[in-house]
Amino acid sequence: MIKNLRERDVLMQSIRAFFHSEGFIEVETPVRLKTPCMELHIDAEPSGDHFLRTSPELCHKKLLACGAEKIFEVAKCFRQGEKGHLHNPEYTMLEWYRTGGDYMTALEDTQALVASLFADSLRSRTSATDCRAGAETPPISGEWKVFTVVEVFEKYAGWNPVEEFDADRFDLDLIEKIEPALPKDCPVVLKDYPAELCALARLKPGNPKVAERWELYLGGIEIANAYSELTDPVEQRARFEKWGEQRRALGKPVYDLDEEFFQCLEKMDPACGVALGLDRLLMILTGEKSLDAVLPFRD
Amino acid sequence: MYSASDLKKGLKIEIDGDPCVITDFQFSKPGKGQSIYRCKIRNLSTGNSFDKSYRSVEKVKKASLESRDFTFSYEAGDDYVFSDNKTYEEIHLNEEQLGDNKYFIVEDMEVEILFHNEKALDVTLPNFVEKEITDTEPGARGDTTTNCNKPAKIDNGYEIAVPIFINEGDVVRIDTRTGQYADRVSKG
Repeated sequence: MIKNLRERDVLMQSIRAFFHSEGFIEVETPVRLKTPCMELHIDAEPSGDHFLRTSPELCHKKLLACGAEKIFEVAKCFRQGEKGHLHNPEYTMLEWYRTGGDYMTALEDTQALVASLFADSLRSRTSATDCRAGAETPPISGEWKVFTVVEVFEKYAGWNPVEEFDADRFDLDLIEKIEPALPKDCPVVLKDYPAELCALARLKPGNPKVAERWELYLGGIEIANAYSELTDPVEQRARFEKWGEQRRALGKPVYDLDEEFFQCLEKMDPACGVALGLDRLLMILTGEKSLDAVLPFRD
Repeated sequence: MYSASDLKKGLKIEIDGDPCVITDFQFSKPGKGQSIYRCKIRNLSTGNSFDKSYRSVEKVKKASLESRDFTFSYEAGDDYVFSDNKTYEEIHLNEEQLGDNKYFIVEDMEVEILFHNEKALDVTLPNFVEKEITDTEPGARGDTTTNCNKPAKIDNGYEIAVPIFINEGDVVRIDTRTGQYADRVSKG
């Protein structure tokens, strides 16, 4: 326990050092929101007449619209009903955005970040006096492998989710067939998701069937999600409204839309952003198998 | 009916008419996807185990199980005979139906027997039983730490890990749900 508290401290210092050296500034955005981001399968925890944030994404984009260029935040986020060895209803997200790049720019940032965090973590281990013998090397040091979603689905599940999308089959196959088959000894990136799973990503220019989105896996565990950010307020509003209707049909709460956010999108330059699960990253860096080992106050 | 989000380890459900128990449970949720509840399930009628995943919108049938209170009367050959606390009706269960419970059961113990369509599926003992340690190596003198265990045996030969300070003749409490040592009741 104490060992992992220390590892988290090293990680936090290392994150801040990395982003500052890359010219990012650290920001703080509200934890309580009137209008949480509307996504089909993400449920916000009510907090009085507000909701706790499920991510700082909308606030960060408002900052970009105001002229911020490179920002990051270590943000406590909350998601109702998510509890398991890789989920906790309260967790820490590292989220960062930069203007002027797309999702592949975000991938370069992520590669540099992960390499830097890993190096700092290793360095702290060799200098620390506590017992870390026998710890496995985290699956971070190998060469990065990038696959398209279609590639891995055709290979491991035998179908093409971009040509013919099926949401239920996609989720089940991803969990049961794809994730267990991904290489575990190196970072793996899945990119170009079916347009139906675009979330807040823009569709690929010239190929509207895929969204410019990627997910990073370390040791087969999903660790980060990135987009070329959608900056078209009309399309963004249509997506939120569609997910709102789908949520209503599922009997889930439907959130009010954030009008200010749409106004900001109009002013926002092209940008890319990444959301990375910090507790999971710490778990992987320390060779642990469950969040229990890195979150001392789990229920 | 249960919602998929009600599923958890130990829950008893019905699949294709058979009573089943969830023996392992994992919450999964891909990136922007829906919650997937991955279960390892044991069919209580056949004993077979299998994997099954549920999506959050799916409903799962509750097993129509009835549990009744019995008292353990006596052993008859390979059978264990119980009598119904209300009707005094006797029922015979075999060793296999009892599982590890056979090590902990004693005469006159009150138990709960679980039935599915009048077929006995499972016996639940009181959460704790007291047993005398009949065989263990003596512990090091003065060592009262509890994070170091050694093997020990109870009267019927069941082996259990106990703290170093436990000696032969001590009576210990055993958790029947896990089969593990809980604490010491008295010194021998």
